[in-house]
Amino acid sequence: MTARKIRVVLPTHLRRLALVAGDVEVGVDGPVTICAVLDALEAAHPNLCGTIRDHGSGKRRPFVRFFACNQDLSLEPPETTLLPEQVARGEQPFLVVGAIAGG
Amino acid sequence: MTGVRVLVGTRKGAFILTSDGKRKTWDVTGPHFAGWEIYHMKGSAADPDRIYASQSSGWFGQIIQRSSDGGKTWEQPGSAPGDAQKSPEGFQKGESNKFVYDVSAKTGKPLTTHMWYDGTQHPWEFKRVWHLEPSLTDRDICFAGVEDAALFKTKDGGKTWNELAGLRGHGTGPKWQPGAGGMCLHTIILDPKNEKRIYVAISAAGAFRSDDGGKSWKPINKGLTSNFMPDPTAEIGHCVHHVAMHPSRPDVLFMQKHWDVMRSDNAGDNWREISGSLPSDFGFVIDVHAHEPETLYVVPIKSDSEHYPPDGKLRVYRSRDGGQEWEALTKGLPQKDCFVNVLRDAMAVDRLDKCGVYFGTTGGQVYCSPDGGDNWTAIVRDLPAVQSVEVQTLS
Repeated sequence: MTARKIRVVLPTHLRRLALVAGDVEVGVDGPVTICAVLDALEAAHPNLCGTIRDHGSGKRRPFVRFFACNQDLSLEPPETTLLPEQVARGEQPFLVVGAIAGG
Repeated sequence: MTGVRVLVGTRKGAFILTSDGKRKTWDVTGPHFAGWEIYHMKGSAADPDRIYASQSSGWFGQIIQRSSDGGKTWEQPGSAPGDAQKSPEGFQKGESNKFVYDVSAKTGKPLTTHMWYDGTQHPWEFKRVWHLEPSLTDRDICFAGVEDAALFKTKDGGKTWNELAGLRGHGTGPKWQPGAGGMCLHTIILDPKNEKRIYVAISAAGAFRSDDGGKSWKPINKGLTSNFMPDPTAEIGHCVHHVAMHPSRPDVLFMQKHWDVMRSDNAGDNWREISGSLPSDFGFVIDVHAHEPETLYVVPIKSDSEHYPPDGKLRVYRSRDGGQEWEALTKGLPQKDCFVNVLRDAMAVDRLDKCGVYFGTTGGQVYCSPDGGDNWTAIVRDLPAVQSVEVQTLS
């Protein structure tokens, strides 16, 4: 089975950490779930481990949000939530966003 | 000795200030890790080009950075960008920021809660690294003091970290409580004459000492008085802000507590107050002159609710007799309308023949005195709020 190429948009801080200038493309075998994309992202960029999902619990960090095709997927179960087909086809990106906080 | 390298951690990145032995003109590089909070950076005594940095963010958590060329370039130990998650040998990468409390029955203690603000028990939760203390003899060994308070150690240059669980599990842990800044282990002092002896300080638990390399610990808080506590002289619960030691006399410790400046002459077994004539004995920093073990520096802050200097005058106070008499050092420092704070890890000294003293403020200034405190100039004035200052004396 050929891996699906998924585009991931990272917030500025994480792009700098990963030393990437724009979108990141990762390959996902099997169902394109939130978890599968994050696993592929961390496999390609291990220095992002712990920055999106907590090292200990594996859960999304509280001030990180996930979006795709104008949908907020942050609260969806990451292991089973399939990303929209446009994301799976590489037409739309999966967005990792730092939540707006402060004033 | 030819110069100094000042490592400055700020709320929005790291800066490195370098100068020759005159300390008059400075090169400034940064911000490194722009936009991230840098709680602390410190160089290895065994290899000055090895520097560790604690980079963190409320959004993206903890990162450990390491330089092997004096701060020119940086890497996350064991996981360079673009590397595969596992090495060909199967070594797991991406773990340099993995700080997991040891609760195993064999090496740790099944201790999972500490006291919360309301007196109930609360789970231990890792938040960030406050302080990094490299080994005095091995550049790949480093200790990390973290929030919620615990002590970690790496033996592989920061690739992996393991808790020294004897501290958190020695028995008083359930009585530890966060200070206003969180429950942080912020001070780590390694005894240069006894490699088995380590001191740490925690807000708001107190000071602790290990005499066996970190396996077992005991509180060293006799003589401390904290009037906000139900029992002001309790063994545990004191909000220690910082502790300093001169390497030639590792049994003599100086402490800036929440209130009170204190001194111990027996490795922390007993403390006595030396606040004397200070305009306020509240403050955060305390340090010792590099060549005069009885010369101390503090920066008095008005109170625990007003974190700025008394009367709007930024004054370093120096004692040349171990804390009996204090003198205000003002030359070159603002003496009106100054309302900055100086945080606990934001003062350091160099080891040049004429000892330099440095401190950073929450207003973004880093001041240097190249003559032991007599005269001060600002190296930089407009950095983000300074969290920490460390100095390397370069040969």
